[in-house]
Parts: sequence; C-alpha cells; structure tokens
Amino acid sequence: MNILLKSVSFLGLGLTVVPAFLVFAGSIEWSTHAILMMVGALLWFVTAPFWIHGDRS
Amino acid sequence: MTGTRTLAQRLDAINEFDREPVSEDRLQGPANFIGLYAGEHVAGTEFVIGPLFVAHGVAAGDLLLGLLVGNLLAVLSWAFICAPIATRTRLNLYWKLRKIAGPNLLFVYNIVNALMFCFLAGSMISVAATAVGIPFDMAMPGLDDLYPTSVGWIVTVLLVGSVVTILAILGFEKIARFSKVASPWMILVFVACGLAVLPALGVTSFADFWPVANEKIWTGVAMEGRAQFTVWHITFFAWFANMAMHIGMADMTILRYAKKWHYGFFSAFGMYLGHLVAWVASGILVALAIQQGGEVAPGPIAYLGAGVAGLIAVLVAGWTTANPTIYRAGLAMQTITPNWKRWKVTAAVGGITTIAALFPGLMMRLLDFVALYGLLLMPMGAVIFADFWLLPRLGLRQDYAEWKHLVFSWPAALSWGMTLVACWGINSLWGLEIFFLGLPGWFIATGLYVSLSLVQQRSNGPIPEPGRQKLHAESSKS
Repeated sequence: MNILLKSVSFLGLGLTVVPAFLVFAGSIEWSTHAILMMVGALLWFVTAPFWIHGDRS
Repeated sequence: MTGTRTLAQRLDAINEFDREPVSEDRLQGPANFIGLYAGEHVAGTEFVIGPLFVAHGVAAGDLLLGLLVGNLLAVLSWAFICAPIATRTRLNLYWKLRKIAGPNLLFVYNIVNALMFCFLAGSMISVAATAVGIPFDMAMPGLDDLYPTSVGWIVTVLLVGSVVTILAILGFEKIARFSKVASPWMILVFVACGLAVLPALGVTSFADFWPVANEKIWTGVAMEGRAQFTVWHITFFAWFANMAMHIGMADMTILRYAKKWHYGFFSAFGMYLGHLVAWVASGILVALAIQQGGEVAPGPIAYLGAGVAGLIAVLVAGWTTANPTIYRAGLAMQTITPNWKRWKVTAAVGGITTIAALFPGLMMRLLDFVALYGLLLMPMGAVIFADFWLLPRLGLRQDYAEWKHLVFSWPAALSWGMTLVACWGINSLWGLEIFFLGLPGWFIATGLYVSLSLVQQRSNGPIPEPGRQKLHAESSKS
C-alpha cells in the first residue's frame, strides 16, 4: 500500500515539473501544462500526507 | 523583587519543556535537517523577493554571482557560528540567552522578537491574499503601493488573516505537518513556473537564456524610485536574509537536535533551493508580467507560470509560513499576558498581524523589512558568540547572569542598544545601506560585550571558577 501511495505521489511531482520542460521544448501548450500541474498537485496532496510524517523536533 | 520573580516565572512556565539540554536519544539525523531547511526557505515571500531584485535593477551576472556567494556565506554562518554552539550546549536560544542576559532582558528581547514575527507573518498573509483575490478580480497592489489600495484588498486580507488565525488557534501541529507535505511540491512549482514562461520571453533554447536574462529580466536598470542594486547588495541580502537565524542564533533551537555540528551545512538545501532557484524563478515571472503590462503581485505572477496550481502554491506558501510565525509570536507575547489562554494570545497576535497585512508596503518593501528584522535581533547572537567562545579565553565567566543570579545583564543590554545606535550612525553619517550593516554591527556587538563584561566581572572581584575550564568541559561533551 505504501509503495502504491508513494508511486502516485511521485507521479504527482512528475506531473508538476515535467510539463514545464515540455512547454520549454515546444512540445505542449502552456494550457496543457497548467492542467497537468493541477492534476499533479491533486495527486501529491491526496497521497503524500499518508507517508510523510510530521515528526519535526 | 516579587515582580521580578513573577516575570522570570512567567517566562520559565512557557518554556518549561525546553529548559534542559536535549538528551542523546532525541538527537536527529541528516534527513530531518535537509527537509526542514528545504521546507522553511521555500516560502510565500520568495514570490516577492525575486521580483524586488528585478525592480531594483540588478544585472543578471551580478544576481547569480551575488546569490552564489551570499548564500554560501549564509551556509558558513550556520555551520561555523550557530551550529557549534547549539550542539555543544544543546540549549535553545531562549535558555542560553536567559543564562547570559537574565530574564528581564530576555523579556525585552521576546517583545521585539514577537513584533517582528507579527510583521513578517503579515507580509505572508499579504502574499496569500494576492492569490485569493484573483478569482474575484480584486485590484492588486503594485510595487510602489504602501497603503491599502481598494476595499476588495481590505476585505480579502481580513478574510485570509482571520482564516489563518483561526487555523493557528485550532492546531499549530497539524499545519506544521501539512507544511512538511507541501514543501517538496512547492519547490517544483517554482522550477516549473520559471521554466514554463521562458518561451514567452523569447527563450526557446538554453543558449537563448543568457542574452534574454540580460536584456529582458535582470536588465541592470532600476525602476523609478528604487535604489540601484549591485552584486554587493545581492551578496549581502542573501547572506543576511536570515541573519536572525544564523548569526542571531535563533536556529540554536533547531540545531541543538543535530548529532554533529556540521549539520549546519544542510542549510545549503534551503539557501540554494529557496534563495537561489525560487528567487530566480520569481524574477523570471515578474519580467514576463512587466512585459505583458500585467500585475506584478505574487498571485498574478504565479498564475502566469502555473495557472490555478500557481495560485494554490502562493496561498499554501503564504499560509503555512504565516502559521508557525504567528505561533512563535504568540509564544513570545505570552510573557506579557501570562493569565491569558493560548487561544486568546494567538487571536491577539493574529489581529495585529492581519492589520499589518493590510498595508502592502510591508510586502513591497520586504527587502528593507527583512534586513531591519535581522539587524534588530543580531546583536544578541553576537553576545552569545562572545560569551561562549571569547569570555573563557580572557579568564571570564560564561553565563554570568545565571551565576550571579542577575535578572538584567547590563553588558548584554548595552551591547544590544549601542550596536543598534552605532549601525544607525554608520547609516546616517556614511550612507551605508541597511543591507550591509549586519557585518560591522556583529563585530561592534562582539567587541562591546567582551569589553563591558571585562569591566563588569573585574569590578566584582576574582572569579572562583575560571571560564576556560568550563569551555573545555563543554567542548569535550560533543
């Protein structure tokens, strides 16, 4: 379960940053990048709290 | 005397769990410090600082060189000034300062600290408000606006300030956890924002970047009414942006948990991600906003880079950094209002913070405020440094106020006050800007404290236990 959650989280981070490189390379439109970043944010915030623990000193 | 005792007791009660040195079993490994520094220094205010560098007309080469050198100096300050004392004493700033300066002077320090925290949190609420206002078509404050610009701005800030304050009352720890979750995502949002708008500025390959950076982003020409920044401004700003934390010693509170003193070097993750990547990215965003004739507030520029995800990043960055700041301010303020419940203190602090946030000048003049904030608190860091390293070498006692049961250390108080007066004098007489004053100020504070301690301790007769032995005993522990 943990591996699945982490995989989805990292997919979310990937969707946050990779589309920007594709916009820079001219492969996708800015609007597609904005939508993918939103999806990335959603995936990250839905899954990451389950495996990142707030054990700050 | 009763009043004095009450004040000391008030302070102690608030920090009752922190008065002992951190025990061996509670020490933390490198990963915690990497995460902590990376998270804390990628904040909502980064969306303001990068654009302000553009407004101050720094040239591209000066910016990059200044950030590389200034951030390195900041990391070295954490590693060689703050961390060694933190890991040898295992005490937080509060208890170390109490031993040196006495509870009454610590009380004054706490009040100054709390007010600075309120203003800092206020700027973060202002940043968050610029994201919330976009869907409502709120008129955004410009770079030169100092006072509330519209009814929409006032309503939005009051709304955001109220929500942040209520959430801070309901649970600081939960939001601290949320902040930890948000930070890796936030760093990537900055990278993505900067990269995605480069084609709109005319950068379509890496070779294009440098010419465009010089011609369209960091042009070397300051906006009207803004001081011209050079490589020195950037170097010193990057070095002293967190002056209160490193040479001001506030991060003793964090680094006392480090297994080794060299964990101070992990501050590099915060500096080079937050104070280089994020500042560069937000500078690129504002350059595009200016080119398009759009608004330059944090919300609109983040929207330019990442759409709705950018707005969420600004909101989250502003909120998660304002929250612990309000909490810390509340903690410091509680010394004045010992009979108030924590929620009442937090609500009062939230109120002050929200009123401060109404003035966009706080956000738009953030560089000056950050420099002032560090400068005001730095002298007490120099006092701790001098007390720990220099006094024992002169045969003087460390932690003299504690040893003599003094409630107010006049050498520490005079060092603090006279350093600030000296910095003001240097600024007035020689025109040295506030960004540079931390460096002479630190040496002045150190010199004053050593000299005044000599006078104090020598005038009170021989010292039974030479400080040097104590230093060696403490050094051997780590």
